Amino acid sequence: MGGQVIELQIYQLAAAYIFVLLLMVIVRIKGIHREKEIVIASIRMTLQLILTGYILVYLFENPHPALVILAIAVMLVFAVSNIIKRVKTPLSPKIKKVIALSMASGTLVSIIYFILVVINLSPWYEPRYFIPIAGMIIGNSMTGISLGVSRLVDGMNTQKNLVEAALMLGATPKAASKHIANNAFDSAIIPTINSMVGMGIVFLPGLMTGQILSGVSPVTAIEYQIAIMLGIVGSVSLTVIIFVELGYKTFFNHEHQLEL
Amino acid sequence: MYCLEGVKYRDILAIDSLCFPTNKITSVVGESGSGKTTLLRLLNKLISNDEGTILFNGTSLRDIDSILLRRKVVMLSQLPAIFPGSVKDNLLLGFTFADKPPVDDEKLYEALKMVHLSKELSGNAETLSGGEKQRLALARVILMEPDVFLLDEPSSALDDETEQLIIEKLVRHTRETGKTLIMVTHSKKVAREFSDVIIELKNGRVVGKEGV
Repeated sequence: MGGQVIELQIYQLAAAYIFVLLLMVIVRIKGIHREKEIVIASIRMTLQLILTGYILVYLFENPHPALVILAIAVMLVFAVSNIIKRVKTPLSPKIKKVIALSMASGTLVSIIYFILVVINLSPWYEPRYFIPIAGMIIGNSMTGISLGVSRLVDGMNTQKNLVEAALMLGATPKAASKHIANNAFDSAIIPTINSMVGMGIVFLPGLMTGQILSGVSPVTAIEYQIAIMLGIVGSVSLTVIIFVELGYKTFFNHEHQLEL
Repeated sequence: MYCLEGVKYRDILAIDSLCFPTNKITSVVGESGSGKTTLLRLLNKLISNDEGTILFNGTSLRDIDSILLRRKVVMLSQLPAIFPGSVKDNLLLGFTFADKPPVDDEKLYEALKMVHLSKELSGNAETLSGGEKQRLALARVILMEPDVFLLDEPSSALDDETEQLIIEKLVRHTRETGKTLIMVTHSKKVAREFSDVIIELKNGRVVGKEGV
């Protein structure tokens, strides 16, 4: 293999924007007022990716552990704020802290294990590997935990009477909210499990596609994809389990009373 | 059993002095919004009073672990909470929650009989009617054999005849087993017929005590 990558010219890239124009025409005809959002999203996507491209070029040319750690920290901060924005119901300061803590601990443990044990990267901070892998792990964990947060918060609100009924019978807060916490965990990891089931048949995942496009043998690309997919499953599960284990507690006070 | 001194909870309840005797049947009556449910929730420590002291057997509730208290003083809410699963699952849930060993099916049927609910243990609990759910929730509380029953309108969804039968059995069971029963009831008739003590609340204050 090792074929040459086709460099996209500006006019070729511009041609891809035809899809956005097509979408604009469709929403205009249908009377769906989403033109503004589509334009903003397209511009944001373009600018963010250009900016990221330059940042990555800089990081790749100047590999330094402090810069890589800074990049991961920035990713985590964005991921946490994105999760908080995505959840429609208001979140208490305590649960926001739990989201940040579970995202940071769950993803960092997974990234460190993946980089040091699975890939055995040397030096460990090699940005060409470290940043995309951390990005995928953080991004997928963010999606998973967002679903988990929504389910946990909604579950506690809508099933308040069941939780209180359990408390009245002498249940611990953990036992009283067990079914809600389990449900939140399930909803959070099901999309990741489903994506594993469809992988390679229904769609070719991003990492693999990228490697194949850049000339890497599909077999090598698949090895990486399998490894990263397992890393993602591990990270999503770890992040969400930390979140639900600590998250349900934020709905109770030290007297084991439900605070909603 | 319980004694309240200078208890205030937000602007809902303000009780200067009130005691609930041990091994007695106490009914709490009053209009809707008079603070009856809030009073029961305070006694079950589902909420805590802002001011004053609530003593349980001479010890302040603040010094008693909430979970241990609730295993001795079981509360039944007005809206019956039925969990997904069978009638048996629902009856046994109390034991799971309270970390107690479960009882056999015979005992479960006895509890159902006490609340006049002739249902199979394998039946789906979620398809029961409102009144049946209320009786199932009551049977679950009876099975727990707590020292104190705190019952919030245990018969609100029942017709007069069934209400009379069930309360009568419940009161007899409480007396025979030497327990304490504190119940909120809308029915002055039930209160007069079965209670040793009647407490009347109005706008969060005690306006009447009978039998104290």
